[in-house]
Amino acid sequence: MTEVALSIENLSKSYQIAHERNGAANYRTLHDEIVGLPRRFLRLFDTKGRPTVETFWALKDVSFEVKKGEVVGIIGRNGAGKSTLLKILNRITEPTSGIANIYGRVGALLEVGTGFHPELTGRENIFMNGAILGMTRAEIRRKFDEIVAFAEIEKFLDTPVKRYSSGMYVRLAFAIAAHLDPEIILVDEVLAVGDAQFQSKCLGKMEDVTRTEGRTALFVSHSFGAVSQLCATTIWIDNGVIRRAGPSSNVIADYMTTGAQRGEVIWPEGTSNRGVTELKLYSACVRNSDGSVSSTVESTKPFSVEIEYEITRPLWNLRVGFFLRTSAGGYVFDSHDADDPEFRSGRDPGHYTAFCHIPGNLLGPGTYLISLNAGIYNVGNLAREENTLVLEVVNSSARGAISPRGGVIQPQFTWKQEVRDVRESSFIH
Amino acid sequence: MRLRRALLTLVSLNTDFSTGTSGDWPVATSILTDSRSQRPALVIRPTKGWVALNIRELWNYRDLLWILIVRDLKLLYKQTALGAIWVVLQPLMAAVIFAVIFGLFARLPSDGVPYLLFVFCGLTVWTYFSHALQRAGNSLVSASQLISKVYFPRLIIPLAHTLGAIVDLVVTFAVLLVLMGIYGYMPSLRLLVLPAFLLLMISTATGVALWFSALSVKYRDCGSALPYFVQVWMYASPVIYPVSMVPAQWRPLYALNPVVGFIEGFRWAVLGRSAINTHILGITIIMSVLALMTGLFFFRRVERRFADFI
Repeated sequence: MTEVALSIENLSKSYQIAHERNGAANYRTLHDEIVGLPRRFLRLFDTKGRPTVETFWALKDVSFEVKKGEVVGIIGRNGAGKSTLLKILNRITEPTSGIANIYGRVGALLEVGTGFHPELTGRENIFMNGAILGMTRAEIRRKFDEIVAFAEIEKFLDTPVKRYSSGMYVRLAFAIAAHLDPEIILVDEVLAVGDAQFQSKCLGKMEDVTRTEGRTALFVSHSFGAVSQLCATTIWIDNGVIRRAGPSSNVIADYMTTGAQRGEVIWPEGTSNRGVTELKLYSACVRNSDGSVSSTVESTKPFSVEIEYEITRPLWNLRVGFFLRTSAGGYVFDSHDADDPEFRSGRDPGHYTAFCHIPGNLLGPGTYLISLNAGIYNVGNLAREENTLVLEVVNSSARGAISPRGGVIQPQFTWKQEVRDVRESSFIH
Repeated sequence: MRLRRALLTLVSLNTDFSTGTSGDWPVATSILTDSRSQRPALVIRPTKGWVALNIRELWNYRDLLWILIVRDLKLLYKQTALGAIWVVLQPLMAAVIFAVIFGLFARLPSDGVPYLLFVFCGLTVWTYFSHALQRAGNSLVSASQLISKVYFPRLIIPLAHTLGAIVDLVVTFAVLLVLMGIYGYMPSLRLLVLPAFLLLMISTATGVALWFSALSVKYRDCGSALPYFVQVWMYASPVIYPVSMVPAQWRPLYALNPVVGFIEGFRWAVLGRSAINTHILGITIIMSVLALMTGLFFFRRVERRFADFI
């Protein structure tokens, strides 16, 4: 009989979203509350004037169970409820209803390096971050050397981490978290950082921990490659409910074809990038060379990516664009309108559509995922929609007899030929 | 609208499952079959109303508390020119200014003790109090990164600050002893009572800091109100003037301010002058226990929503 590590019944989490008048910030001030008191009192007698509060269900009646030693992947669009689920299981936030029984010590890797303090040295941060994650000082001391070795920072132990390179920072953070000894591990998107070499090292460590040591893990990721490598089963969460659960390959295939599917995404009023008022995404699509919206494009033909958005106040240095990744999570390229100097100044409030023309003979056949991105470089992110569009690049039939080429990108370069001394012609022209 | 969509998906989900492949995972079916035999290490469910303090969990995280105290002390004086000298300089400067203005110009009485010594004694207590309040009061908001990403008992964050400020207190106290030496005051056996006063003081400071820090998560202007609150509180406490200046009929009301009891008690224990008033002392003890208990329970009650608001 296999033991249960985690059982979740009808777990729900709702947030109240007050529709803000005059675009005030998300938090209230004591002043607002006091000034609002008489108004609220009057409102008791006036049902029509109630403020419009919308209940948003980040999770709705989610139930599942994970056996000891099982590694379960969780996939879904941004805002689908994956992170909320992990936050509840990690006790960062409370569920609105439902119950979760956890059989063992939980350790979480929700975001690497959150407990780091830039002024403190690597050594000090190891102790502090370990303690934040729930380790005792004795435990940390026991694992100290192992952590330092894994992070490869021996030489910089007594340097403040603010002088670390971002790679070192991430390595250290992951090393600490990976050396926790929880029975159940919750992992959220941590493998999306660091260089490729370190990513594969992390993935290897995750495999060690789960496969060899038999730990239970919940693994949230946008990288389907990592999910299918680590997890036997996968749960697909969509709009706060479990859309599908089963063997990873089936669920991922389903997600790719039906969930993120199409070459077009439209956000009903205000549902994109929640919480941001300066910029709202309306829609995005892939348009093939015929001018029709389609996720399928031919490898030799050009296509375009279009992003429609609205700005509500003047923004300087805004850049709107996208990241293109392979379905396994490999980063192919990103492109932003501000790559072109013409779009580098201020932008007035209004309704915009950005077009990006991508030439033919660039991407090889395969499935790609497009993540939308809008932000002010070096200042802040305004919108980030992961894997919203799916791009299916197919072999052009025109290529016919020529043997297919390999590689993620398949550009057509210019070749020249110099011939000297042709003896005789064997071909009839 | 969003809700309706969610419900619609829920309905369509059921049909999705019925047509799902047979190899799929059983979801939300007989969950309780074999999990009943084990006892969960942790049950997560919505909590309502008042919750227990859970001292044991706090104890389990004592290492974190210690590390945070040490961290905050290190950070406070890192990359500063004078470093830890600030701890001494702040109350000393304030004492000198007060001594000139209130002692020399305004000629406030000081129960027969040299005014500078009198005011420094009050400031020793007060500096701890205001440091503890101001550092702890904004501590949760500055730790928002942690609170929204990692679980640990939230009480640890303000506690680390109110306990960390004790180090300042100890240093200031050492300066006070030096000042006493200069003025020829000998510490008496009454010093042995001091730890009891300190305990009451820490408990009051912690209680008030918990209220402020918890409120500032939801109401950000609590953070900006705090310095004014602290300033008004100082003048409402016998830092620069002796309790004997307060009209007798107002003293019971005046004693509701627990700081009155601390400063009087502190001066009594250290300088051996101002007589200790048992009525004031009684009220002080009640008030400081009250402050700590209400602070703790209020904090625990609102703590569960921190991550949603911050």
